[in-house]
Amino acid sequence: MDCEATKSQCCCGEETDQQKYDKIAEIIDQYKNREGSLIQVLHMAQTVYGYLPMELLKFIAKRMDIPLSEVSGVSTFYPVFSMQPRGKHTIKVCMGTACYVRGGKKLVDRLENMLGIQVGETSEDRKYSLEVVRCLGACGLAPAMMIDETIYKQVNPDKLNSILAKY
Amino acid sequence: MINLSINNKLVSVPEGSTILEAAKHNKIDIPNLCNLDGVHKFGSCRLCVVEVEGDKNLQASCMVQVRDGMVVHTNTDKVRKVRKNLFELMLSNHRQDCLKCQRSLSCELQNMGKRLGVTEARYTGQTSGGIVDISPAISRDMAKCILCRRCITACNDIQKVGILNAQNSGFKTVVGTALDLPINTVNCTFCGQCVAVCPVGALKETDAIQNVWGAISDKCKRVVVQIDPAVRVAIGEEFGYEPGTQVTGQLIAGLREIGFDVVFDTNFAADLTVIEASSEFLTRMKYSLEDMEARLPLMSSCSPAWIKYVEHTYPEKLDHLSTCKSPHTMLGALAKSYYAEKLKVEPKNMAVVSIMPCTAKKFEISRPEMTNNGLPNVDAVLTTREIARMMQEAGVDLRKVGKSQFDQPFELSSGAAELFGLSGGVMEATLRTVHEMVTGRELAIDKLQAAPLEECDQVKDVELRFDNPLEAYQYMAGITIKVAVASGLRGAEFLMDQITKQESPYSFIEVMGCPGGCISGGGQPRPATSETLQKRLQAIYQEDEVKLFRKAHQNEGVTKLYKEFLKEPNGQKAQDLLHTQYTKRGKFNEYLCD
Ligand code: SF4
Ligand code: SF4
Ligand code: SF4
Ligand code: FES
Repeated sequence: MDCEATKSQCCCGEETDQQKYDKIAEIIDQYKNREGSLIQVLHMAQTVYGYLPMELLKFIAKRMDIPLSEVSGVSTFYPVFSMQPRGKHTIKVCMGTACYVRGGKKLVDRLENMLGIQVGETSEDRKYSLEVVRCLGACGLAPAMMIDETIYKQVNPDKLNSILAKY
Repeated sequence: MINLSINNKLVSVPEGSTILEAAKHNKIDIPNLCNLDGVHKFGSCRLCVVEVEGDKNLQASCMVQVRDGMVVHTNTDKVRKVRKNLFELMLSNHRQDCLKCQRSLSCELQNMGKRLGVTEARYTGQTSGGIVDISPAISRDMAKCILCRRCITACNDIQKVGILNAQNSGFKTVVGTALDLPINTVNCTFCGQCVAVCPVGALKETDAIQNVWGAISDKCKRVVVQIDPAVRVAIGEEFGYEPGTQVTGQLIAGLREIGFDVVFDTNFAADLTVIEASSEFLTRMKYSLEDMEARLPLMSSCSPAWIKYVEHTYPEKLDHLSTCKSPHTMLGALAKSYYAEKLKVEPKNMAVVSIMPCTAKKFEISRPEMTNNGLPNVDAVLTTREIARMMQEAGVDLRKVGKSQFDQPFELSSGAAELFGLSGGVMEATLRTVHEMVTGRELAIDKLQAAPLEECDQVKDVELRFDNPLEAYQYMAGITIKVAVASGLRGAEFLMDQITKQESPYSFIEVMGCPGGCISGGGQPRPATSETLQKRLQAIYQEDEVKLFRKAHQNEGVTKLYKEFLKEPNGQKAQDLLHTQYTKRGKFNEYLCD
């Protein structure tokens, strides 16, 4: 792949921003005048782009001729949409009653510190997104957390470093 | 017709009516809060619940249509309990500071509490997201929002601008701009139609009262005030007059009473606008008929919400706009030049205050284009509601102040100028003058009677033919022009799309940012029902009919002003003081930041 080019272009074989926007434009043009198409467009745009930054919402609003406040209204209504970039891995810490009581909150504090982000955000290197969840169904072995599809039980905050090192 | 029983009374109402409408029609009062007759129906507050026999759950009467044989009870124990409960829940996340809330005593939520007999608030809770957002024109205090969504209907369905919408979900739901951007940084037109329908203190005009009191108490300042035509037929409502009572004389007297030094008539400048715009229109017609470069249709420029709308939405079409400033900024510019010279007052020792039915004019005066010699043309804009509050604060009652008259040299005005307060008025006023300039004969039509277009109910159009013109206007001989009027921004979009597609059949377009024109401006007394608006409209037509003269060019004050000062319409001095240019903004203000 040709590497000298615009700033947004990268050499790792990923699409450039421009290519992603072109793709999204195509999707919009295909769905534009259908009833309720905004949700579908947002879904596909998020798949293409990874998340829905402000600039992308504006792009969609303009191209679909829908007010920006409506586009942002729909994207903040459904939890599946994220306006923050998503990390490569998602960490979900359980905040169910059992986990909360047995140190879930401490896990969150520690992770926030380690990653330099708050719950709901993504680390600067885009490696991790941090979330909390109601219950992972592992109450007997609290506190629990999940990274992508793997559940970690009875997590000791001091072991977090070595857990994250696996990713 | 549908027959049903409400509170054991047999009633008969047209099919398709809601229970609420059926009750109202039969003088049965069901409390309702989010509903706004003829404007907004969403069913969010549920205070209008009633019992329908056979239905397990209570029904929101504003949303449910009547059925034959329905048996409805509006006032049972259960209904009263549920309503109170709902109301108390509403209070639990409301910033309850009635004692210092601008809306107190005219607040629909406050009235509802009284209406429901609520005497306690058993729930306490957090407010859901109390952002306070202050722009030059509109202020939002979302801790007072009751999520009735009336503003969403006004902004999206009536105006089709789409600045406000529900954001987030569940408990975090707020009504706001995209991603909570400050309203001053998005493409809001400041038309204030959202403010006009808000039932509580969540949306309001940004206060100018303190500044104006400051100017009044400054001994070195000569404080000039001017009044817009739509204010005088509405402000009476704030003092207990019947809607549509015209109280110009009382208002002038009241303004003197609270300390303004000079009171001018914005209508004088409306007449001046007609002369300037007519001359601009005929020049563009001439150029276009002689195949020279000319932007047609010419678009009116009196409504600052409409101006901002064009700047955001159609930044490539700004050269269609008339370069005339709005009448009150023209008058401000003249007060600080012509009048100041006459009086030998330093313009910097003057303050010009405009009393307007409008929120957008608060923004307009902050534009850098609205200055001359480094001074703003107008220093403060007060809405109709604000001036009423100032008078109340000063203990001045319009019913008791007697009457007074406007001051020279800006005291005279035509019937045509009164029409500036109504949709279609600027068009009619201008055509009266254009026709007479061109043909030397009076325009035969009156009140531009036309039905709304089938394609868009906010637009009307008419044709006008020019026969046997005077010598100087031979180029208009046998020409038929088509003109259109848009009442509200949804109509404006319709006309602008025609222009963008180069399909506009019109030579002249009038747009007022508010549906109906300034009588329903965002700064007018609330709530403005359709009956109230109708009465304000009639009052303006009446004024036009009883005026000593009805055409702008008959205004002797204006003639004198040209002779002594401006010299000629669209001349150098007029260009400097009375005309302006516009700013490309873009929907996301993308043209502003480079
Ligand atoms: S909005 Fe109404 S209820 Fe709320 S503080 Fe103001 S007056 Fe009181
Ligand atoms: S002022 Fe007008 S454009 Fe702005 S949010 Fe309110 S209704 Fe919409
Ligand atoms: S801001 Fe006013 S009109 Fe809009 S939803 Fe809230 S209470 Fe209703
Ligand atoms: S008035 Fe019926 S739900 Fe609000």
